[in-house]
Amino acid sequence: MNRTYELMFIVRPDMPEEDLDKLISTLDTAVSSSGGTMKNVEKMGKRRLAYTVRRFHDGVYVLLTVEGSGGLVHELERRLRVTEPVIKFISVRIDEEQKRLDKIKAIRDARKKVSTAPAAAPPAEGGETTPATA
Amino acid sequence: MADETKAPTATAEAPAASEGHSQRPPSRGPRPGGGGSGGPREGGRKYFRRKKVCKFCVEKIENINYKDVRLLAQFVAESGKIVPRRLTGVCTPHQRRLSSAIKIARNIALLPFAGRAN
Repeated sequence: MNRTYELMFIVRPDMPEEDLDKLISTLDTAVSSSGGTMKNVEKMGKRRLAYTVRRFHDGVYVLLTVEGSGGLVHELERRLRVTEPVIKFISVRIDEEQKRLDKIKAIRDARKKVSTAPAAAPPAEGGETTPATA
Repeated sequence: MADETKAPTATAEAPAASEGHSQRPPSRGPRPGGGGSGGPREGGRKYFRRKKVCKFCVEKIENINYKDVRLLAQFVAESGKIVPRRLTGVCTPHQRRLSSAIKIARNIALLPFAGRAN
Protein backbone atom coordinates (compact mmCIF):
# COMPACT_ATOMS: atom_id res chain seq x y z
CA MET A 1 0.00 0.00 0.00
CA ASN A 2 1.94 2.97 -1.22
CA ARG A 3 0.74 6.36 -0.31
CA THR A 4 2.22 9.78 -0.65
CA TYR A 5 2.67 11.94 2.37
CA GLU A 6 4.07 15.32 3.05
CA LEU A 7 5.96 15.78 6.25
CA MET A 8 6.53 19.34 7.23
CA PHE A 9 8.56 20.10 10.29
CA ILE A 10 10.09 23.11 11.94
CA VAL A 11 13.49 23.06 13.57
CA ARG A 12 14.78 25.68 15.93
CA PRO A 13 16.40 28.60 14.14
CA ASP A 14 19.73 28.30 15.94
CA MET A 15 20.33 24.80 14.62
CA PRO A 16 23.47 24.57 12.46
CA GLU A 17 22.99 23.76 8.80
CA GLU A 18 25.12 20.59 8.99
CA ASP A 19 23.02 19.19 11.81
CA LEU A 20 19.91 19.74 9.78
CA ASP A 21 21.44 17.94 6.81
CA LYS A 22 22.44 15.10 9.11
CA LEU A 23 18.90 14.89 10.47
CA ILE A 24 17.45 14.77 6.97
CA SER A 25 19.87 12.04 5.90
CA THR A 26 18.98 9.91 8.93
CA LEU A 27 15.31 10.30 8.05
CA ASP A 28 16.17 9.37 4.49
CA THR A 29 17.82 6.13 5.58
CA ALA A 30 14.86 5.38 7.83
CA VAL A 31 12.54 5.82 4.86
CA SER A 32 14.52 3.60 2.52
CA SER A 33 15.06 0.90 5.16
CA SER A 34 11.31 0.45 5.58
CA GLY A 35 10.60 0.20 1.88
CA GLY A 36 9.58 3.76 1.10
CA THR A 37 11.08 6.42 -1.10
CA MET A 38 11.97 9.99 -0.30
CA LYS A 39 10.69 11.85 -3.32
CA ASN A 40 11.61 15.37 -2.51
CA VAL A 41 13.32 17.41 0.17
CA GLU A 42 12.67 21.09 0.30
CA LYS A 43 14.20 23.43 2.79
CA MET A 44 11.82 26.32 2.88
CA GLY A 45 14.18 28.41 4.93
CA LYS A 46 13.70 30.54 7.97
CA ARG A 47 10.24 31.90 8.52
CA ARG A 48 8.49 33.81 11.18
CA LEU A 49 6.07 31.64 13.13
CA ALA A 50 2.47 32.73 13.42
CA TYR A 51 2.62 32.11 17.16
CA THR A 52 5.34 31.25 19.61
CA VAL A 53 6.33 27.61 19.78
CA ARG A 54 8.55 26.62 22.70
CA ARG A 55 9.46 30.26 23.10
CA PHE A 56 10.69 30.55 19.52
CA HIS A 57 9.39 33.25 17.26
CA ASP A 58 10.85 31.86 14.09
CA GLY A 59 11.95 28.54 12.77
CA VAL A 60 13.41 26.73 9.79
CA TYR A 61 10.76 24.94 7.76
CA VAL A 62 11.56 21.68 6.01
CA LEU A 63 9.19 19.84 3.73
CA LEU A 64 9.65 16.17 2.88
CA THR A 65 7.59 14.31 0.31
CA VAL A 66 7.59 10.63 1.14
CA GLU A 67 6.05 7.64 -0.52
CA GLY A 68 5.37 4.65 1.66
CA SER A 69 2.99 3.01 4.08
CA GLY A 70 1.28 4.47 7.10
CA GLY A 71 3.65 2.57 9.37
CA LEU A 72 6.56 4.37 7.83
CA VAL A 73 4.98 7.74 8.57
CA HIS A 74 4.32 6.59 12.11
CA GLU A 75 8.00 5.76 12.49
CA LEU A 76 9.06 9.11 11.03
CA GLU A 77 6.74 10.94 13.38
CA ARG A 78 8.19 9.05 16.31
CA ARG A 79 11.67 10.04 15.23
CA LEU A 80 10.70 13.68 14.83
CA ARG A 81 9.08 13.66 18.26
CA VAL A 82 12.23 12.47 19.97
CA THR A 83 14.53 14.75 18.00
CA GLU A 84 15.13 17.65 20.28
CA PRO A 85 15.66 20.53 17.77
CA VAL A 86 12.40 19.76 15.96
CA ILE A 87 9.84 22.06 17.51
CA LYS A 88 6.79 21.20 15.42
CA PHE A 89 5.82 18.77 12.71
CA ILE A 90 2.81 17.70 10.71
CA SER A 91 2.17 14.92 8.23
CA VAL A 92 -0.43 15.23 5.53
CA ARG A 93 -1.53 12.60 3.09
CA ILE A 94 -1.57 14.10 -0.37
CA ASP A 95 -2.11 11.30 -2.90
CA GLU A 96 -5.90 11.40 -2.81
CA GLU A 97 -5.98 15.14 -3.24
CA GLN A 98 -3.47 14.83 -6.07
CA LYS A 99 -5.68 12.23 -7.72
CA ARG A 100 -8.62 14.57 -7.51
CA LEU A 101 -6.60 17.41 -9.02
CA ASP A 102 -5.36 15.21 -11.86
CA LYS A 103 -8.92 14.20 -12.60
CA ILE A 104 -10.08 17.79 -12.78
CA LYS A 105 -7.13 18.65 -14.98
CA ALA A 106 -7.91 15.77 -17.32
CA ILE A 107 -11.52 16.91 -17.61
CA ARG A 108 -10.43 20.46 -18.37
CA ASP A 109 -7.94 19.30 -20.99
CA ALA A 110 -10.59 17.12 -22.61
CA ARG A 111 -12.93 20.09 -22.78
CA LYS A 112 -10.23 22.20 -24.40
CA LYS A 113 -9.65 19.50 -26.99
CA VAL A 114 -13.37 19.30 -27.78
CA SER A 115 -13.44 23.03 -28.45
CA THR A 116 -10.42 22.80 -30.75
CA ALA A 117 -11.41 19.44 -32.29
CA PRO A 118 -13.96 20.59 -34.94
CA ALA A 119 -11.16 22.37 -36.80
CA ALA A 120 -8.80 19.41 -36.60
CA ALA A 121 -11.24 16.49 -36.96
CA PRO A 122 -12.46 16.72 -40.62
CA PRO A 123 -9.01 16.40 -42.25
CA ALA A 124 -8.20 13.46 -40.00
CA GLU A 125 -11.37 11.62 -41.03
CA GLY A 126 -10.69 12.29 -44.71
CA GLY A 127 -7.22 10.83 -44.32
CA GLU A 128 -8.64 7.68 -42.77
CA THR A 129 -11.33 7.07 -45.38
CA THR A 130 -9.18 7.48 -48.50
CA PRO A 131 -6.83 4.58 -47.71
CA ALA A 132 -9.84 2.39 -46.94
CA THR A 133 -11.42 2.99 -50.35
CA ALA A 134 -8.10 2.62 -52.17
CA MET B 1 -36.61 35.06 -53.01
CA ALA B 2 -37.28 34.90 -49.34
CA ASP B 3 -34.13 36.84 -48.61
CA GLU B 4 -35.05 39.55 -51.09
CA THR B 5 -38.49 39.99 -49.62
CA LYS B 6 -37.18 40.00 -46.09
CA ALA B 7 -34.55 42.64 -46.65
CA PRO B 8 -36.92 45.41 -47.86
CA THR B 9 -39.35 44.81 -45.06
CA ALA B 10 -36.56 45.01 -42.52
CA THR B 11 -35.35 48.27 -43.97
CA ALA B 12 -38.89 49.53 -44.12
CA GLU B 13 -39.42 48.61 -40.52
CA ALA B 14 -36.26 50.19 -39.29
CA PRO B 15 -37.25 53.79 -39.96
CA ALA B 16 -40.67 53.11 -38.55
CA ALA B 17 -39.10 51.75 -35.40
CA SER B 18 -36.82 54.74 -35.06
CA GLU B 19 -39.82 57.01 -35.51
CA GLY B 20 -41.64 55.01 -32.91
CA HIS B 21 -38.72 55.47 -30.55
CA SER B 22 -38.88 59.19 -30.77
CA GLN B 23 -42.57 59.02 -29.98
CA ARG B 24 -42.25 56.42 -27.24
CA PRO B 25 -41.93 58.51 -24.09
CA PRO B 26 -45.35 60.15 -24.39
CA SER B 27 -46.99 56.98 -25.75
CA ARG B 28 -45.86 54.83 -22.78
CA GLY B 29 -48.76 55.88 -20.64
CA PRO B 30 -51.72 54.17 -22.34
CA ARG B 31 -49.95 50.79 -22.50
CA PRO B 32 -51.67 48.05 -20.53
CA GLY B 33 -49.86 47.26 -17.31
CA GLY B 34 -47.40 50.10 -17.77
CA GLY B 35 -48.05 53.75 -17.20
CA GLY B 36 -48.78 55.15 -13.79
CA SER B 37 -47.68 52.23 -11.67
CA GLY B 38 -44.31 51.94 -13.50
CA GLY B 39 -42.95 55.19 -12.13
CA PRO B 40 -43.10 54.60 -8.38
CA ARG B 41 -41.78 51.07 -8.75
CA GLU B 42 -38.45 52.32 -10.00
CA GLY B 43 -37.51 53.88 -6.69
CA GLY B 44 -37.65 50.58 -4.81
CA ARG B 45 -34.01 49.55 -4.52
CA LYS B 46 -31.61 52.24 -3.49
CA TYR B 47 -28.48 50.13 -3.05
CA PHE B 48 -27.18 47.88 -5.72
CA ARG B 49 -24.95 45.23 -4.27
CA ARG B 50 -22.64 43.46 -6.68
CA LYS B 51 -23.16 39.73 -6.54
CA LYS B 52 -20.28 38.02 -4.80
CA VAL B 53 -18.62 35.25 -6.70
CA CYS B 54 -16.42 32.44 -5.52
CA LYS B 55 -12.79 33.38 -6.08
CA PHE B 56 -11.82 29.76 -6.57
CA CYS B 57 -14.49 29.12 -9.18
CA VAL B 58 -13.72 32.29 -11.11
CA GLU B 59 -9.95 31.90 -11.15
CA LYS B 60 -10.25 28.11 -11.45
CA ILE B 61 -8.06 27.49 -8.44
CA GLU B 62 -8.62 23.87 -7.50
CA ASN B 63 -5.51 23.34 -5.48
CA ILE B 64 -6.23 24.83 -2.07
CA ASN B 65 -3.04 23.95 -0.26
CA TYR B 66 -2.14 24.58 3.35
CA LYS B 67 1.31 25.83 2.29
CA ASP B 68 -0.08 28.67 0.22
CA VAL B 69 -0.19 31.18 3.04
CA ARG B 70 -0.81 34.16 0.81
CA LEU B 71 -3.97 32.64 -0.60
CA LEU B 72 -5.26 31.45 2.75
CA ALA B 73 -4.53 34.73 4.50
CA GLN B 74 -7.10 36.43 2.28
CA PHE B 75 -9.80 34.37 3.98
CA VAL B 76 -8.62 34.84 7.53
CA ALA B 77 -9.79 37.84 9.49
CA GLU B 78 -7.38 39.92 11.46
CA SER B 79 -8.45 38.18 14.62
CA GLY B 80 -7.34 34.90 13.05
CA LYS B 81 -10.86 33.69 12.38
CA ILE B 82 -11.91 32.06 9.14
CA VAL B 83 -14.10 34.55 7.29
CA PRO B 84 -17.60 33.13 6.71
CA ARG B 85 -18.91 32.33 3.28
CA ARG B 86 -21.59 34.96 3.44
CA LEU B 87 -18.93 37.65 3.59
CA THR B 88 -16.47 36.30 1.04
CA GLY B 89 -18.86 34.65 -1.40
CA VAL B 90 -16.85 31.45 -1.61
CA CYS B 91 -18.99 28.50 -2.66
CA THR B 92 -19.64 25.64 -0.25
CA PRO B 93 -17.30 22.99 -1.70
CA HIS B 94 -14.43 25.44 -1.85
CA GLN B 95 -15.09 26.84 1.60
CA ARG B 96 -14.92 23.31 2.96
CA ARG B 97 -11.49 22.74 1.45
CA LEU B 98 -10.39 26.21 2.38
CA SER B 99 -11.29 25.83 6.02
CA SER B 100 -9.51 22.50 6.32
CA ALA B 101 -6.43 23.96 4.64
CA ILE B 102 -6.46 26.89 7.06
CA LYS B 103 -6.72 24.52 10.00
CA ILE B 104 -3.71 22.52 8.82
CA ALA B 105 -1.77 25.72 8.28
CA ARG B 106 -2.58 26.78 11.84
CA ASN B 107 -1.19 23.53 13.17
CA ILE B 108 2.18 24.11 11.59
CA ALA B 109 2.35 27.76 12.66
CA LEU B 110 1.87 29.21 9.20
CA LEU B 111 -1.30 30.94 10.29
CA PRO B 112 -2.28 32.12 13.75
CA PHE B 113 -4.98 30.49 15.85
CA ALA B 114 -5.85 33.86 17.29
CA GLY B 115 -4.58 37.33 16.81
CA ARG B 116 -2.26 38.84 14.33
CA ALA B 117 0.65 36.86 12.91
CA ASN B 118 3.76 38.36 14.44
